[in-house]
Amino acid sequence: MESVILQIAARHMRPLLVILSLVVLYRGHNEPGGGFIGGLMLGAAFILYAMGFGVQETQKRIRISPVALTGIGLLLALVSGLPALIEGHLFMTGEWATFFSGSTFELKLGTPLLFDLGVYFTVAGMLTLVMFSIMEE
Amino acid sequence: MNIGTLLLALLILSALAPFTRRYLGKAAGWVFAIIPFASFLWFLGLLPEINQGEVFIQRYNWLPAYGIDFSFYIDGLSVLFSLLVLGIGAFILIYAGYYMKTYPMKGRFMGYLVLFMASMVGLVVSGNLITLFVFWELTSVSSYLLIGYNHEKPEARAAALQALLITGFGGLALLGGFVLLGIPYGNYELTTLLSNPEAIKSSNLYLPALLLILAGAFTKSAQFPFHFWLPGAMAAPSPVSAYLHSATMVKAGVFLLARLNPILGGTQEWHYLLSIFGVTTMFVGAWLSITQTDLKRILAYSTVSALGSLVLLIGTGTEYAINAAIVFLLVHALYKGTLFMMAGNIEKKTGTRDINKLGGLFKYMPFAAVVMILALVSMAGIPPMLGFIGKELIYEAKANAPSAHWFILIAGFLTNVIMVFLSMRLTLDIFWGKEPAYEKKPKEPSLALILGPFFLVLISLFLGLFPKTMANPLTSQAIMAISPGMAAIKLKLWHGFNLVLGLSALTIALGVLAYRYRLRLISFAEKINLKYFEREFSRIFFQMIDHFLYYTKEQTKAIQHGYHRFYLMTVFVVASLLVWIQIWNGDPVILTLDFKDMPLNLVAVVALIIAATISAVASHSRVVALIAMSVIGFGITIIFIAYSGVDLAITMILVETLMVILAMAVLFHLPKYVKYSGTGARMRDALIATLVGSFMMVLVLQAGTSVVQEPISDFFKESSYTEAYGRNIVNVILVDFRAFDTLGEITVLAVAALGIFSMIKLTKKIKV
Repeated sequence: MESVILQIAARHMRPLLVILSLVVLYRGHNEPGGGFIGGLMLGAAFILYAMGFGVQETQKRIRISPVALTGIGLLLALVSGLPALIEGHLFMTGEWATFFSGSTFELKLGTPLLFDLGVYFTVAGMLTLVMFSIMEE
Repeated sequence: MNIGTLLLALLILSALAPFTRRYLGKAAGWVFAIIPFASFLWFLGLLPEINQGEVFIQRYNWLPAYGIDFSFYIDGLSVLFSLLVLGIGAFILIYAGYYMKTYPMKGRFMGYLVLFMASMVGLVVSGNLITLFVFWELTSVSSYLLIGYNHEKPEARAAALQALLITGFGGLALLGGFVLLGIPYGNYELTTLLSNPEAIKSSNLYLPALLLILAGAFTKSAQFPFHFWLPGAMAAPSPVSAYLHSATMVKAGVFLLARLNPILGGTQEWHYLLSIFGVTTMFVGAWLSITQTDLKRILAYSTVSALGSLVLLIGTGTEYAINAAIVFLLVHALYKGTLFMMAGNIEKKTGTRDINKLGGLFKYMPFAAVVMILALVSMAGIPPMLGFIGKELIYEAKANAPSAHWFILIAGFLTNVIMVFLSMRLTLDIFWGKEPAYEKKPKEPSLALILGPFFLVLISLFLGLFPKTMANPLTSQAIMAISPGMAAIKLKLWHGFNLVLGLSALTIALGVLAYRYRLRLISFAEKINLKYFEREFSRIFFQMIDHFLYYTKEQTKAIQHGYHRFYLMTVFVVASLLVWIQIWNGDPVILTLDFKDMPLNLVAVVALIIAATISAVASHSRVVALIAMSVIGFGITIIFIAYSGVDLAITMILVETLMVILAMAVLFHLPKYVKYSGTGARMRDALIATLVGSFMMVLVLQAGTSVVQEPISDFFKESSYTEAYGRNIVNVILVDFRAFDTLGEITVLAVAALGIFSMIKLTKKIKV
């Protein structure tokens, strides 16, 4: 199923979709978005590319295998619960730290973001895993 | 050092064992024996304080909410058992290190042995019923590994499985019994239970708890009719038989009865159940040993008999009986350990265990012969061995049993006659008598192989010669632990001329007579066995297992038929019917439908959804149906947006899109549209769909109208920014308030994805 239109679209859409998914992931805490949606978008980006160029070409591009992506996601989600244990709180209590605490800019990072990142990778990984398996058939 | 570190050391040793073979070689047994021996000395060091009446208690929190602690309770009974387990265990390790030197995977074998040792020690020092249960099951599992060690032999596997199934079944019953036992107390601590034994006896949980616990103890200690697994377990290598099935594992049941005697004992039920099972096992075990010719099987049946005696004595419960039980326990462990190790030695040196093929060994191995004969003397209950003192106590206890003493006494007398007969037979037939043609000349076993038997017999001899100074300090506190308020009877070899001594003399005389006419006795026993015991219990057991497997297979075929659509149908029909019945019987459902506020554009969307549904059902093309389905999905998305569920809407759009792609990818591989279902099937499906759809509708509408409590969303609205620093409540719930749920969900996702992946990818690989 070679389609030039699809290939051009996929080539240009892929980076955009990846960036969009990251934005959605980041803004999820305060605005609509989050790891799950972001992960779906990332997966969609890969799938779109795979539809244009085939699964093997896509997997070469992603470099990381979907199984590993899923695993990394799960691991991140799990690890995000650990800082709370170190602090002596219950497992998975959100821990926050503030960086660059200036007057104009403040960056607050917490374990929920890490957890969300875990969800993001897991969802993207499992989506590509399933899709690629079926599309390769 | 404390008991926790000791157990940990043993467990670590067992885990390391498989890796040690290369470095240790022949010395392995000696090295492995170091920790058990040190532990043995540690327990010995506790003895003076224990004899002052002290009890060592140690407790770690485990599941405090359920009253379950990981706790240890060391009193006289624990110390006596621990000394046996560790002391004999150390000798067995030395023995096994040498005995198994040519076997493959010797390191792993030693590891199993140590694991078993650790679980047995854990079992006897447990201070909490649940802790005890954990170690109890560990002994079952580790003995399974040990019995089935020669796993390439089918009979070894069968024997191991049989032992595991029987003791495992008992273990499950035991857990139930423990739970029932703990209910009146609120926790499972021995100290709590011991402080108020009346609480369980006065509750109506007593009988069920007792029956379940006895099921556990009887299966573990091979009581009739569960006795058959123990001789079956002789498929194990000799060190295993010597350790598990004579000295320790099978005593776990006896230990449990002794441990719980102050709590459960003293009632009619306890007394009768233990006495009946004990006396039957004692006699049946002895009787069945007459016709055996395999050295290890003879010993195994006599172990069954000894276990029966112990259960009987604990059930009898008089001061004499409890004393006799503890002394006999010690006696039996010492002589049976020796005999099993010697049986292994004889097999090693001559290549056979069949006593009909043995004879005249005395001139080849005089030292080993003396060791074994002394142990047999102890088994026969002849002075000056400790066995004599034990047997005299047992006679005394049986003669004064509170009920049916004449019956018990006669059964005990006959059992002892058989023991004397067996001792003579093993002595004379193996070491003297006609010498068969041995393949190679037998010789004395080497040091590591004879060390254990020698020391055990020596201890037995010393305890017999100096009972007051050596045996009493060992046993007195154990006796008091079994039966508070009872004292230890001063043990002595000579107690004057009385009924019991007369009985002993008569026993020996009859035993000698039985040996004199042994051929007639054995053929008589065989005739009776053929007539009445033709069907072996272990065969019945395996038949039951086969029937059970057949039954489950049939069941599985009916329930797990493998048709996905029928699974779904079953799930939907059952679920919706249950809910419908509940709605029918419950309060009347009040549905307040109000369409006045519904904006016109949403009405249009709903109409679109309905139209799409109809076309999806009616369509003759898969692609059309798929598109119609996604119209429904996007219609719902629009509704979400209209009611400002933005997160949901985005998710829904993405999922819908991906679903269409996924379905297309699947459809691509399917054959052209064929009408699979007839009108009947379609009507059925329509009915089910209506059933499910209508109940979901009713549920949703009712949920919207009934407010039972403050909605939880208020809490999230208030605290999502203050506590989790996020304004998007949906996301905050997902990643913060209920992050653990989400973790579970993404794990499920990952597993499902892996499942699909392996189903598609790996099956293809196998086909190719």
